[in-house]
Amino acid sequence: MRILEICRRGLAFFEMMLLALVMALAAPATAQQPATPVNDRTAHEVASQLRCVVCQNLSVADSPSEMATQMRVIVRERLAAGDRPDQVIQYFVDRYGEWILLAPRRHGFTLLVWLFPVVVVIVGLGATVLVVRRWTRRANVERARPAAVDPSMRERIRREMETEP
Amino acid sequence: MKRAWRWLIPLSVVPMLALLAYGFRLNPRDVPSPLIGRPASVFTLNTVEGTSVSLEAHRGAVVVVNFWASWCRPACYEEAPVLERAWRAYQDRGLVLIGVDIQDTPDAARQFINDFSLSFPNVRDVTGKVSVDYGVYGVPETFFLDRRGRIRAKHVGAVSEEIFRQHVERLLGEPA
Amino acid sequence: MIPEIGYGGLIAALALAVFGSVAAGVGARTRRSELVQSAQHAAIGVFVLVTLCFALLVYAFLTFDFSVRYVALNTNLGTPFYYRITAVWGALEGSIILWTWMLALYTMIVMLRHRQTSGDLYPWALTTMLGIVAFFLLVMTIPAPPFERLSPIPLEGRGLNPLLQDTGMITHPIALYLGFTGFTVPFAFSLAALITGRVGDEWITTTRRWTIVAWYFLSLGLLIGGWWSYHVLGWGGYWAWDPVENAAFMPWLTGTAFLHSVMIQERRRMLKLWNISLIILTFGLTLFGTFLTRSGVIASVHAFTQGSIGAFFLGFLALVVLTALTLLAWRWDRLHAQGELDSVVSRESVFLLNNVFLVAAAFTVFFGTVFPLLSEAVRGVKVSVGAPFFNQVNIPLFLALIFLMGVGPLIAWRRASADNLKRNFLAPVVIGVVAALVLRLLGIASALAVLALALTVFVAASITVDFVRATRARRRLGEAVLPAMGGLLLRHNRRYGGFVIHLGILVITLGITGSHAWSVQTETTLKRGEAAELAGYRFRFDGLSATEESNHVKVSGFFTVSNGRAGAMTLQPARKFYPQEQAPIAYVDYRLGLKEDLYLVLGDFARDGSQATVKVQVNRLVSWIWIGGLVLTLGAALAILPERRAR
Repeated sequence: MRILEICRRGLAFFEMMLLALVMALAAPATAQQPATPVNDRTAHEVASQLRCVVCQNLSVADSPSEMATQMRVIVRERLAAGDRPDQVIQYFVDRYGEWILLAPRRHGFTLLVWLFPVVVVIVGLGATVLVVRRWTRRANVERARPAAVDPSMRERIRREMETEP
Repeated sequence: MKRAWRWLIPLSVVPMLALLAYGFRLNPRDVPSPLIGRPASVFTLNTVEGTSVSLEAHRGAVVVVNFWASWCRPACYEEAPVLERAWRAYQDRGLVLIGVDIQDTPDAARQFINDFSLSFPNVRDVTGKVSVDYGVYGVPETFFLDRRGRIRAKHVGAVSEEIFRQHVERLLGEPA
Repeated sequence: MIPEIGYGGLIAALALAVFGSVAAGVGARTRRSELVQSAQHAAIGVFVLVTLCFALLVYAFLTFDFSVRYVALNTNLGTPFYYRITAVWGALEGSIILWTWMLALYTMIVMLRHRQTSGDLYPWALTTMLGIVAFFLLVMTIPAPPFERLSPIPLEGRGLNPLLQDTGMITHPIALYLGFTGFTVPFAFSLAALITGRVGDEWITTTRRWTIVAWYFLSLGLLIGGWWSYHVLGWGGYWAWDPVENAAFMPWLTGTAFLHSVMIQERRRMLKLWNISLIILTFGLTLFGTFLTRSGVIASVHAFTQGSIGAFFLGFLALVVLTALTLLAWRWDRLHAQGELDSVVSRESVFLLNNVFLVAAAFTVFFGTVFPLLSEAVRGVKVSVGAPFFNQVNIPLFLALIFLMGVGPLIAWRRASADNLKRNFLAPVVIGVVAALVLRLLGIASALAVLALALTVFVAASITVDFVRATRARRRLGEAVLPAMGGLLLRHNRRYGGFVIHLGILVITLGITGSHAWSVQTETTLKRGEAAELAGYRFRFDGLSATEESNHVKVSGFFTVSNGRAGAMTLQPARKFYPQEQAPIAYVDYRLGLKEDLYLVLGDFARDGSQATVKVQVNRLVSWIWIGGLVLTLGAALAILPERRAR
């Protein structure tokens, strides 16, 4: 029981670290707020998190469609009016729903999709560790066993192993 | 691994297949609107002739706002005569119908209005802000507003006489 | 006439395929070779019939035979000659006949190459392949017939989707489908292995080259798709994590994992279960890909959906996966590994890690792609899962894989001694760290970019170290430098082909890193004569012009662009107005370069040409992605050369 609890805690900790690592490495540079609100880069970052509503899977930043162009103008205007990037995004979410976010929010049900890769990697690494340990243990056992086999028996074993399916 | 457990392997893909099959019942382009029940965004836009139309002015009446475009075939073309007929039937009862043309040129808009002899006011959303305010992601889309100016229903796609009548009758029956 | 002949031909092919599949299976079970012979004849018949039907369809396109509904929908009298040919596979039905033809071709090749050498496996592989061909023929007979008659015969067709009127359209589907269908062969042999119980190396060594070829074509198809997206779709990017792009990427990921882990089975006889699972997964994902593209279940740029075809594909996917996994469960005992490793630090471990990350990436992409479905099924809320998500979760995985790419080839099998590690890795690690410092000093702010580039340098260094050392060893035997290098490449072509492929991946990584970290863009409205600046380029709007082409009206914007160093150049991004399309298609103009690409997209404009909105992008290092593709080609070519025996 205690071991299980330790494992679970350890796993949760590891998961958190991995998630933190993932998010730290890959999170957009929200730490750097631009000096002027209507910065090309900020506008682009905000627009790239919004889904172009008339396209399939393109962001508002990327889409060449007319609607996306108009939405880009709205993004710029709102940033110029003093809105923070997350406020601009919320403006669109209020009107279109969560669907307009190109990346799902990191809480609630949608946290699942963010955690899934972390879990898969941990399970995969865990399984690899187990398998490799089993393989190295078997090799060590083999080496430890005394070679008390006489030549004719060895020959038979060799022949049988060669015809394995 | 015990003998029986191995048969879990083929079974494990069944939930995923079921999920994909469920997907057939869904329409990925049908997005529910978060605006239902919320106050509609007010706007003041110009018609092709230049007259100004304001939503605010019609507070107290039942308003139907219909987003369309001349390049929206065939749905907007199917729906235009329906709207015109419905407008003629209900205008005496105080219904307000406003068409909003999006992402179009003035010429194309004028052509469309003339082709269908639309007698209700049609404005042009030049900047696209009103479309965004209403969460429009395609055309045609029709919004039914009650007397208090709240969005009570949204219909995506060409609206039929049935649907129009259904929503309008319900809202006309409500007090201001 | 043509619709009826074509339809009849396909039905006949279907009958033959079903017969052949059954005959091969029964013949294998009852050991009656005359039945297998019969099946082979049926396979030839299928190939001939499908080829004829395909040719017939091409003919119908070339001669504007609008009595065939598919022709009328996808071409019109203004469609140029070469696009009339590529239009054959431009939409759903045609894409299926292309796929079927490739399958039939591959069945023929399998027949010719393997009927003598793989006695026991071959008939079952033939059964599987003919069965799969039969399914696709069935699809062409019922839900998606290419030879449906249209009556009355229209005078003019609808026309080919303008986005498809591009050279990318000629090559992208062909490469991609060659990749997808190529994986059918190892899959068929894996089923044969399961059925006959011969789950050792035989099925793997038989299909080794098929795997590399299929993997290569899939890679090529993805790269061409990226190229096509970049220069046609007008959004300045080459990969959008669109569900259908993901559908092609997932089998690539698991296919790459498979490619590597079979090397372990070949050398060490381990991982039998894992390898069979991987190829089943890969083939299942290719079927999932065709399902996704054609069912409309998840909205996507590509989805060309219609009617009941989605149900057919889902049904077939279910049948194949359930059958394969049931066979796997049945043969569980024989597949159970008896692995042995002397040390945790060994190539086997590295390959296992490689598999973990690749399969993790595949599962992540899969889950992200179907998550909108799940969300709606469970709580009725629609969500989107797009590029920002996929980029963020996959980048760490890919970085880990690049690192492993540098470690794997140089670490010893079974057990890597400390000495071995030091000899092989000291230099590359040092070089990698130095590179990281240098990049930082050069002022590169993005930690991710520094990491990616440093890892790239590390891997390149480790490949170089290995190659130099091996060349030196040969030289000690008395060879001159160039013959030593050449001899090395040819003698160990699999290994060095793999190295060159890894180099190709590194070059692609360079391109991707550059384009993500350092690209800039802006969008402005300019009056005629007005100019704006971006990244050292000054671009001035000079006016518009409208021209009428054979099947569209093209409005071009003239922009004079100068960057001080080179002279001025004129770019003409345009918008094309096709009568049958609702919205205009953007035609981008660009100048490609090794360091950066200049990219212009024309937006809205005033009718009188007095002003226009233009989106300008300076994309950095993107060209290296395509160059990497060329390197990949060289590597793959080297890897599949026949092996030279010792000289």
